[in-house]
Amino acid sequence: MRTILFLLRKEFLQISRNKSILPIIFVMPIFQLIILPFAANYEMKNISLSIVDMDHSLTSQRFINKITSSKYFLLKEAPNNYNAALKSLENDEADLIIEIPRGFETDLIKENEIKMMVTANAINGQTSGLSVSYANSIIKDFNNEIRVQWIQNPRLNPRPMINITSSNWFNPLMNYKYFMVPGVMAILVTLVGFILSSLNIVREKEAGTIEQLNVTPIKRYQFILAKLIPFWILGLFVLSIGLLISFLLYGIVPEGNILIVYAFAAIYLIALLGLGLIASSNSDTQQQAMFIAYFFMSTAILLGGLFASIDNMPRWAQYITYINPVSYFIDVLRMVILKGSSLYDLRNHFMVITAFALVLNAVAIIGYRKTT
Amino acid sequence: MKQLLVFIKKEFFHILRDPRSMLILLGMPVVQVILFGFAITNEIKNANIAILDNSKDEQTQKIINKIAGSTYFNIERSLVTNEQIDEAFKTGKIKLAIIFQPNFQNELTHTNSASVQLIADASDPNNATTLINYASSIILDYQNSLMGPNKLPYTINTEVKMLYNPELKGIYSSVPGVMALILMLISAMMTSIAIVKEKETGTMEILLVSPIKPWLIVISKAVPYFILSFINVTSILLLAVYVLGMPIEGSIILLFVMCVLYIFCSLALGLFISTSVSTQQAAMMVSLIGLMLPIMMLSGYMFPIANMPWILQMLSNVLPAKWYIIIVKQVMIKGLGFSGIWKETLVLLGMTALLILLSIKRFKIRLK
Amino acid sequence: MNLQETVIKTEELTKRFGDFTAVNKISFEVKKGEIFGFLGANGAGKTTAMKMLIGISKPTSGKARVAGYDVYKETEKIKKNIGYMSQKFSLYEDLTVKENIVLYAGIYGLSSKLINEKCDELINRLGLKNEQNVLVGSLPLGWKQKLSFSIAIVHKPQIVFLDEPTGGVDPVTRRQFWDLIYEAAYNGITVFVTTHYMDEAEYCNRVSIMVDGVIEALDTPANLKKTFNASSMDEVFLKLARKAKRSDN
Repeated sequence: MRTILFLLRKEFLQISRNKSILPIIFVMPIFQLIILPFAANYEMKNISLSIVDMDHSLTSQRFINKITSSKYFLLKEAPNNYNAALKSLENDEADLIIEIPRGFETDLIKENEIKMMVTANAINGQTSGLSVSYANSIIKDFNNEIRVQWIQNPRLNPRPMINITSSNWFNPLMNYKYFMVPGVMAILVTLVGFILSSLNIVREKEAGTIEQLNVTPIKRYQFILAKLIPFWILGLFVLSIGLLISFLLYGIVPEGNILIVYAFAAIYLIALLGLGLIASSNSDTQQQAMFIAYFFMSTAILLGGLFASIDNMPRWAQYITYINPVSYFIDVLRMVILKGSSLYDLRNHFMVITAFALVLNAVAIIGYRKTT
Repeated sequence: MKQLLVFIKKEFFHILRDPRSMLILLGMPVVQVILFGFAITNEIKNANIAILDNSKDEQTQKIINKIAGSTYFNIERSLVTNEQIDEAFKTGKIKLAIIFQPNFQNELTHTNSASVQLIADASDPNNATTLINYASSIILDYQNSLMGPNKLPYTINTEVKMLYNPELKGIYSSVPGVMALILMLISAMMTSIAIVKEKETGTMEILLVSPIKPWLIVISKAVPYFILSFINVTSILLLAVYVLGMPIEGSIILLFVMCVLYIFCSLALGLFISTSVSTQQAAMMVSLIGLMLPIMMLSGYMFPIANMPWILQMLSNVLPAKWYIIIVKQVMIKGLGFSGIWKETLVLLGMTALLILLSIKRFKIRLK
Repeated sequence: MNLQETVIKTEELTKRFGDFTAVNKISFEVKKGEIFGFLGANGAGKTTAMKMLIGISKPTSGKARVAGYDVYKETEKIKKNIGYMSQKFSLYEDLTVKENIVLYAGIYGLSSKLINEKCDELINRLGLKNEQNVLVGSLPLGWKQKLSFSIAIVHKPQIVFLDEPTGGVDPVTRRQFWDLIYEAAYNGITVFVTTHYMDEAEYCNRVSIMVDGVIEALDTPANLKKTFNASSMDEVFLKLARKAKRSDN
């Protein structure tokens, strides 16, 4: 026990003197939390619109007014022909083209039916899909407006109408940041916990001090605990900074009990650190360790449900997420902060992460050999 | 010239003897492209939803069947009480709840009006909006089918054309991003680490004292990573085209030339970093925090730049990756020629030249 | 001082890496209080042999006992009773002199009181009073060496293993270092030192010379010079090394 205290003292002294680690712990969280939620903004607004009005009628003008007054769209230009509009799409000056065909108004009245062309730059599948979706709903809205107006005799409605009401729970303001920030915090804690711990053992290996320690009577678990504990503390510290910043900057106040987050984070970090130690013990140079860490981390984050919902993934990818601790952490953060989920609600997540922590650390300790 | 080859060979040996790093350097892009191509998609599929049918009649059953039959939704559970809705959301099991009013069929038949309530988990706002849209349109479809052959008067239909990426595949915007990131990783970070390593271990001084010109030493360090980057570009493109079905609309030669330009730019950046730091660890940290993160966040790799606040858009202009991603999209996906990318090419050339100049200056200062 | 007690004994100790036999059936004994020089050219197998004795490398075959314990099954007990100074000196460059002493003393289980005493004693003995709070990384090489050795014996082990301890310093500093070794031996600590500096062989009680993984000679320096008809240990070594297949010659 005493040995661990001596080792811990050494670790903390080394960390405090390590000029490269400190910026990671302080600067990076702030940097990421400030920039990322603003950068990762999928809230659709200011979609650049190019309208080609071949009809120049009252109705077409009405439509143009309606769509340009929407907060989603920004009228970039109103060229004379479709080809000019296409050019703008090519140059990325416009995102969406709406073409109102000649005879729009007259044909609508005469034939009862008319077609409008919507062309989108679909390179970014997600945003273009949403843009088109919004355009469509405005068009439908417009359709209903003129329909109600033009039908002179509002008879008793013979058509069955299903009224659909919708409500958005847990994030009524539809603030995209509420979605991103918990995820970013998860990334932060993961970065600190995993990358820093991965580099740690390798650094000793490279310096040769690990050999010296292997010759002393230190027990494996003492060595590993001494490596785990400082970064465990740092990880929780970074989490706290993250929570503070998200409160100060974004006004995010957890709906649920914040202690649940800490409890999960504590176990999560233990699991992560164990993984970092395994990576570290199996690397010979810092460069290798960095790479392995970076590789696993970026894959885990991509599959973690931060940028795309896990539900959308194909089965095989979903299976991978079952063994991806990051996705559980992101989930827990979101659920507690936004929905106020309770410990009982999250019992599955807790069980899984505890299993991870136990298994990974057992592997780390057993795999660490003082004698080769 | 022969000396140069000797040095280049030496650098290659360094790299080849580190199979783990090599594996990751060559394998990571492949993994990322596959993930982006197949796993990461915003297309809604099998979203878990719950149904609370307070009416349990023929009509509601028809609607429920229609929903169950759609690929968008997967009915995860049927609820019985309102209280269960909360729990279903809070345990993260469902993203949408559809609630039918009691006596649905009766009301609909006799008063021509009945209601359905949709509750979405708006933790992910876009997802929620999309789910509600899809559910609504299925229900409305059903409603229209009830009306039989009678059509609504004055209907505006829309014909939608999705250009460049008709199937809305996620990879179209992500493959350029993955290329930008990986190339930067290899060319900038690895090169800078390789150069700094020699500084750290003191072997740099030995090289400087030898009759080899310093710039030859630098080139010898850059060449292997250049080759590695090139291999990566090729493998990513091969994957994208043959496995993910992404087309190369424009000139392949132009595309490769632009990749080479970007690789040069990244190498110059790596060079610059190496003249500014003295330990490997510092080189790694600078690359990670100063390059990787900004690229992932601001270059258009994942998030559309147009949605960002003005300041971040300005910041993104500093990243070579941003310009490169634009170039790749224009050439590869839109099929544009040089006339469509001359601006961005100029920017990259300028950045490369600037970085090389700055590095030379710093290098000379250090030597003094 | 019981000169009869054997503290290290090996019997046909062997280490193979695949096809390559680094250490080939070496057998020898070291007595308590001896300064035993383990000599050989670079690549002869000295470090590999030593790693087996200090318990961080498992032998392929053969037997060995260090400080009375078996190198296969009782490595942890061995480690409690020995000290080690590696080729890289293995001090933490980003910790101060004092912090390094306290760390290792603590790891070896010295009480707080003893740690303080030892700290003062060591710092004074080495003349590092003004440097006790200086980061080891900024110390000159010779001081690092001496500090490293002192820390290796801070817990008064039975045996201290030194792996090429005097690399890269001037002869005066080397001489000072060997003064420390004599002092340790005088206080009952057996010193097992590997080196490729043949002149240092003269300082040892007995030396063994390894060539290509095998011990080709083992005796006092004086006897060896007589046997090989040489005037210095350098010459002894050259005569043996000429036969070597594995070395820098």
